[in-house]
Amino acid sequence: MTPELTLITAILLPLTGAAAIAVASRFGDNIREATTLVIAAALAINVWQLIPLVMAGDRYDIILTEILPGLHLALHLEPLGMMFAALASGLWIVNSIYSIGYMRGNNESHQTRFYICFALSIAATMGIAFSANLFTLFLFYEALTLSTYPLVSHKGDVDTVRSARVYLGILLSTSIGLLLPAIIWTYFLAGHVDFVLGGILEGVVDGPQVGLLLALFVFGIGKAAVMPVHRWLPAAMVAPTPVSALLHAVAVVKAGVFTLTKVITYIFGIDFLFGEASSGWLMYVTSFTILTASIVALRQQNLKRMLAYSTISQLSYVVMAAAILKPLAEVGATVHMVSHAFGKITLFFAAGAIYVAAHKTEIPQLKGIGRQMPWTMAAFTIGALSMIGVPPTGGFVSKWYILAGAFQAGNLIAIVTIIVSTALNAAYFLPIIYMAWFMEPESSEKAHGEAPVTMVIALTFTAALVLLFFLFNAPVVELERQIVEQP
Amino acid sequence: MTFNEHLPALQVIVPLLSAPIVILLTPRGLAWAAAAASTLFSLFIAIALAMTTVTGTALTYDLGGWEAPYGITLSIDAFSSLLLLIVTGAGAVAIIAGKASIDVQIETHRQPLFYSAWLLALAGLIGMVISADAFNIFVFMEISSLASYILIAGGPDRRALPATFKYLITGTIGATFYLIGVGLIYMLTGTLNLADMEARISEVTSLNPLLAAAGFITIGLALKAAVFPLHVWLPNAYTHAPHMVTAFLAACGTKVAIYVLLRFNFFVFQANLPEHAVQFAFFLMPLALLGTVIASAVAMFEGHLKRLLAFSSVAQMGYVLIGASLLNASGLMASVIHLFNHAMAKAALFLAVASLAIRFRDLRVDELAGAARTMPWTCAAFVVGGLSLVGIPGTAGFISKWLLILSVMDHGHFGILLVAIIVLTSLMAVYYVWRVVEKLYFAAPRLSNVRVNEAPLTLLVATWIVALGNVAFGLYPELPLTLASHAAETLMEHPR
Amino acid sequence: MTLIEILGHFNYWVFAILLMVGFYAVIVKHNLIKKLIGLSIFQSAVFLMYITMDKVEGGTAPIIQPDLPDQIYSNPLPQVLILTAIVVGVSTLALGLSLIVRINERYGTIEEDEILEAD
Repeated sequence: MTPELTLITAILLPLTGAAAIAVASRFGDNIREATTLVIAAALAINVWQLIPLVMAGDRYDIILTEILPGLHLALHLEPLGMMFAALASGLWIVNSIYSIGYMRGNNESHQTRFYICFALSIAATMGIAFSANLFTLFLFYEALTLSTYPLVSHKGDVDTVRSARVYLGILLSTSIGLLLPAIIWTYFLAGHVDFVLGGILEGVVDGPQVGLLLALFVFGIGKAAVMPVHRWLPAAMVAPTPVSALLHAVAVVKAGVFTLTKVITYIFGIDFLFGEASSGWLMYVTSFTILTASIVALRQQNLKRMLAYSTISQLSYVVMAAAILKPLAEVGATVHMVSHAFGKITLFFAAGAIYVAAHKTEIPQLKGIGRQMPWTMAAFTIGALSMIGVPPTGGFVSKWYILAGAFQAGNLIAIVTIIVSTALNAAYFLPIIYMAWFMEPESSEKAHGEAPVTMVIALTFTAALVLLFFLFNAPVVELERQIVEQP
Repeated sequence: MTFNEHLPALQVIVPLLSAPIVILLTPRGLAWAAAAASTLFSLFIAIALAMTTVTGTALTYDLGGWEAPYGITLSIDAFSSLLLLIVTGAGAVAIIAGKASIDVQIETHRQPLFYSAWLLALAGLIGMVISADAFNIFVFMEISSLASYILIAGGPDRRALPATFKYLITGTIGATFYLIGVGLIYMLTGTLNLADMEARISEVTSLNPLLAAAGFITIGLALKAAVFPLHVWLPNAYTHAPHMVTAFLAACGTKVAIYVLLRFNFFVFQANLPEHAVQFAFFLMPLALLGTVIASAVAMFEGHLKRLLAFSSVAQMGYVLIGASLLNASGLMASVIHLFNHAMAKAALFLAVASLAIRFRDLRVDELAGAARTMPWTCAAFVVGGLSLVGIPGTAGFISKWLLILSVMDHGHFGILLVAIIVLTSLMAVYYVWRVVEKLYFAAPRLSNVRVNEAPLTLLVATWIVALGNVAFGLYPELPLTLASHAAETLMEHPR
Repeated sequence: MTLIEILGHFNYWVFAILLMVGFYAVIVKHNLIKKLIGLSIFQSAVFLMYITMDKVEGGTAPIIQPDLPDQIYSNPLPQVLILTAIVVGVSTLALGLSLIVRINERYGTIEEDEILEAD
């Protein structure tokens, strides 16, 4: 199979997979879940076989159709997208294993719809990762929003639907209201919207307009959850935990920061933006988001909501790193995308496991839970340490690169923000760890033991990834270097 | 002359002549078969004509061999071809697909008459599009209007009757205004042929009667086209008409009036009236903007599905007028292609509505809760149509919105305001479409509706053909795009 | 403008007055039949306008008379046009009246406000 064809199958596989799951559901739940796993594995193999090609410096293009002059439906294989696709497709397997335990352990309804929509959103994610231009990306971006709505509103009661509306309302209105005009403006200025190394806007726009266009992009890409368009993420926490874990810690939110990073590196070009004073505001906004979200997280009682605010803060790390506009920081942005994905999915897995085993959702209920659920809480601890950025976890590596980039740029705001937020992260994660391991449980507690075994396997695996990423992050760094260090 | 050369005449003659024949076909189903065959044949002729005009050539046909300016001329260029595709396409699809729906709503013994009126409406609309003679346009306009009054009033819903009466009054006033305008121009120039008119108006010295004529014609056609605030007849008429009639007329009815409006203003007046272009823009632009915003807002809070879509039509026609009032080729192209794309989207939506109506007696949005569980295919088609209406990429609606925003951006700071309004109204469209989709998909069905099942197969297939058409023209928009760009060129070619 | 000129445009004045009278009735009257009568007057006014404009001073009916080569004729075209328009007008009137009959059958009234109340 040629690499071009592989790009298409990466989208078609989960898409046909959704149909296959629908068919398979008629033959029983086991067949349905098996189908999901087979498709997830097939997708991962399909995507991962591209990694060596990209590492070797190869790029592939495929134009599906030309809609208007300069406006194509086209796919392109490049390092950033490769990394994102590999991440999402790989974690989909782990997440599917986890979902089986969660959905069964919880006796959730509409399980078939759940697996179908999950496959659809993965298809959209693959589309985003391999988009060759803003138009194609926008198409899949909207598809991702729409296909995740049924997942968020899964429970179907009044509160859930209200939250899901907030989710959909913010994501759709920002993308149509701000991102689309930004794309059309870009097309208007440059005559096309293709992702080109070094950017396409240099020389066609300058002054305050650059800042304005950047603002349209930053706030239009609501999935990046830069304040004040972050409200959808806590709202999305009404979804079943596997959804929060893969979509709202990895696929959807990473699609946001991924898009933003692509816009900064391939549409504006980091050198061009660095020279434009009007783009400086982004640093302040992201810094504000990081700190505010951390403070809000500090005050949350609900575990998943706390994790959501932590995600908002961590996402802005990526955006801020990209906004430092220095090569090392760009590397840091990408590395942080990966390390945060591993860490946050572990945390969510743990939260879901606690919910299934002990039916606990609030932080103060977690006293002494480490004794009953040692595996889960061990994984949680590793994930939390990675969020804070303690070695030997993946989080340390990314913070290292971002800080190095900040020093390279002499960017004092970034340095201070990172230091303060690290303290805040510690302030909201460490008490939980302390509570879980060292405090006595309430006397009325009944013994509940560990979560279903598939869930434990999944969260142990991702926790291991967090640790391994500390040592083996070279491929990701190498991929990103290809972008930032090309002449 | 070969068969092909007679195609322009056949385009209007086929439905016109089959209309009386259909009345005689009383045996069950025969009238439908004949009418369907006739509309389908018209559609093929329209496609054949489009294959010629897509290259940029224009066809003229002198009826009976009498040459212009004495004889009656039919003329078909890219713009008219696009309209012909819309009109014949909507007419054919709705009648072929809609048998089940029509059988439910129209008594068997009245069906031949109903189909006859259908063909007359089609013939009238086609005639308006291809006639090159101002008075013939009036006659065809009245043929189509009278036939549409019959079609709209033909359903079982008694509220259709007063709605039709209102439409009849408004429509007749509009047509009469148009007639006054044509009369004034005839007094000044002594011709009714549009091309001839354009040439002779330049010799007219007294401009006041000409201005009056322009005013009468523009307002008359705006009434017919339901341009805001002259749209009040439309929502009720569309809401209470038989569902298939709504699908047919919503896709093409008002668009033909807009077509005549644009032709008159760009061909006849702008070439000769100083400042007319600016006046035209100043008259239309505010109405178009107000229309899109207000009608979208009404649609957001409308409880009845058909009325919601009717208001959305008024809003969408606002986009067409925004594009036209920019007075440049790119704006016109956007507005012409939006005529086509909006017809595609609305046809898909109203066909889906007709399917829903077969199973659900009450079309208020709340009553349709959970319909997707029992009618998954219909609801999925509705979603596709809705996406196209909103302008999500990959659908036809996206193409026109993209082009419209792009052409608006040429206008500096004012353009930014226009972009903001277009974006705002798109978001409003997201809201009203989503409100319906959410009810269809994520609300618990009413107990009385639990046992309904999917729509009849023919209707379903037709709905999906149109829905997929929205996707196809969203990904491969070459044909309508080429026609639209030729149309915009021809409209702009006329000297300022 | 002298009195003669004003009177000379007598037909056009009548056209304008009839147009307004008809329009007024259409808008103000609540009775559907009266509305329709107004609409008919409105249309008739336009017929008058067309008939007036075809009149050529000293012209006779447009039938070619070979023995009178210098004869001036009135313009036949507007008459033809207005014949068509009259047919259209009559059809509209007929359709409107039949609609009123149906409305009366279904609602039991032909007063607009009562119909609005009924639904």
